[in-house]
Amino acid sequence: MNPRRWVPAIVLTLLVAATAFPLYWAVVSSFTPESRLFQSPSPIPEQLVLDHYRALFVERNFWVPIRNSLIVAGTTTLFCVAIGGLAAYALARLDFRGKTLLLGGILAVGMFPQISVVSPLYLLLRELRLINTYPGLVLPYLTFAMPLTIWLLVGFFRQLPAELEEAAMVDGASRLRAFREIIVPLALPGLATTGILTFVYSWNEFLFALSFTLGPERQTVPVAIALFRGQYQVPWGQILAAALIATAPVTVLVLAFQRRIVQGLTAGAVKG
Amino acid sequence: MPTAEPVRGRERQEARLARWLVLPAVGTIVLVALFPLTWTVWESLHLHDLRMPWLGRPFVGADNYIEALGNPRFWSALGHTVFFASVSVGLELALGLGFALAMNRAFRGRGPVRAAILIPWAIPTIVAGLLWRFMFDGQGGIVNAVLVAAGLLDQPRVWFIHPQSAWVPVILADVWKTTPFVALLILAGLQNIDASLYEAARIDGASAWRQFRHVTLPLVKPAILVALIFRTLDAFRVFDLIYALTGGGPGTATEPIALYTFNTLFQTLRFGYGSALSVIVFAITFTLALVYIRLLGADLTGARR
Repeated sequence: MNPRRWVPAIVLTLLVAATAFPLYWAVVSSFTPESRLFQSPSPIPEQLVLDHYRALFVERNFWVPIRNSLIVAGTTTLFCVAIGGLAAYALARLDFRGKTLLLGGILAVGMFPQISVVSPLYLLLRELRLINTYPGLVLPYLTFAMPLTIWLLVGFFRQLPAELEEAAMVDGASRLRAFREIIVPLALPGLATTGILTFVYSWNEFLFALSFTLGPERQTVPVAIALFRGQYQVPWGQILAAALIATAPVTVLVLAFQRRIVQGLTAGAVKG
Repeated sequence: MPTAEPVRGRERQEARLARWLVLPAVGTIVLVALFPLTWTVWESLHLHDLRMPWLGRPFVGADNYIEALGNPRFWSALGHTVFFASVSVGLELALGLGFALAMNRAFRGRGPVRAAILIPWAIPTIVAGLLWRFMFDGQGGIVNAVLVAAGLLDQPRVWFIHPQSAWVPVILADVWKTTPFVALLILAGLQNIDASLYEAARIDGASAWRQFRHVTLPLVKPAILVALIFRTLDAFRVFDLIYALTGGGPGTATEPIALYTFNTLFQTLRFGYGSALSVIVFAITFTLALVYIRLLGADLTGARR
């Protein structure tokens, strides 16, 4: 056998196994009774129960953080795609002075660490009485989501053929009309992909949600899971069940749009 | 020329439209990012202790920075961050390159592999941290069980109580979560390489190693560089993963700079000093980001259609 064929196959099998095992183990454990979790773990489950999932919703009101996360991530995404879409179109397609500098600036803002704005945002939100509210999370989320959205959308807009738009304008349509009637429909897949990525980042965000919420009524899913406490010990079964529920929506979105997401993630970084 | 005037008029109109289009987004970024950042710098030059509001907010100059530079906990937090960034990014680049090469070679199964490796990238970091803590936890966790069964450990190890061994799950979790992303970036770079270059190298009788060394590596270098800088920036602000895995412990043995800053802000409520730490984190990452934009800026911002 030719090693150039089977070496990659083995490497990839190992990769998939190593990637999948922690997730598989979490799934199995989330269905295992708490008392058996740390007793002679075996890769094949012996007894499966729904206790942890039931406890999550009956005892812990886990639907509250799910609702909070959906509202916060959803609002952030809609706002960013709408406002960021206009800016990205101008940055990708129109000529104006300072464009390169602006794009570089937006890129730089997208890279700066969240921790560097936590203290003023906390003081500002406290002043505005927005601590522990939905706007008090959406506003901080824009710091990372807006640059991300613009950056991805500029990439998508640049890939669209300029001729279509120019043809429409030669036919007398204004720039704005050409944008609305030609570019937006063509860019829909790009807008959707960008929306999904922005949603995933907002859904997963932890530092701001931890800093700017006070209690379970406004905590997002990641914060709620991280702060789970049991009466005597770490409630691992429930933590894992909650972790899998937190993972489910982003996994479904990412798998459904994987080809486009990979394209979106790598195009900006590699091809420009 | 008769057409010059209308064309210039149209250009000017276009520029005006562009300014209106970018205004809401730029305004948002200024409001939620640049203004707070300036405020952090201002805050860092003042004494501001939320537990002692009667002290007010007196200007203290560079005192907060001087305190940070004289504080051993700051230096160890910085050291932990550099250690974490170099070890995890180093492993991720090496493994990511290997996996990317394998994916580029494989004729079948690329789709399922891509799906499998996108999941760790997509799941919340806090979840990744908790999964790995669970696997390393206690006497009877799966990692201990496997290592003991394989004869690699005499008895179960309590990973999280030793300053050195607590790093093992931290690094592994980060490698598990982000190597796929690195591999995808490098794979995109590999797929851009013109196949005829390998053809030419083969005709010249170059061995597989020489092809890798002289064709693949130089051409995939930009992609590796992008991955390197993205990952370094990310690793430098590591927070979620360590919060979930060790909480910075045992003691402060795995506390990175972002967690130290967070604890300063929300446990001791010292906003002046905490802001000085924030500015230092910002300065370090910004310097790294500048290098990034310098190296790759032309590609990223240049209008290429």
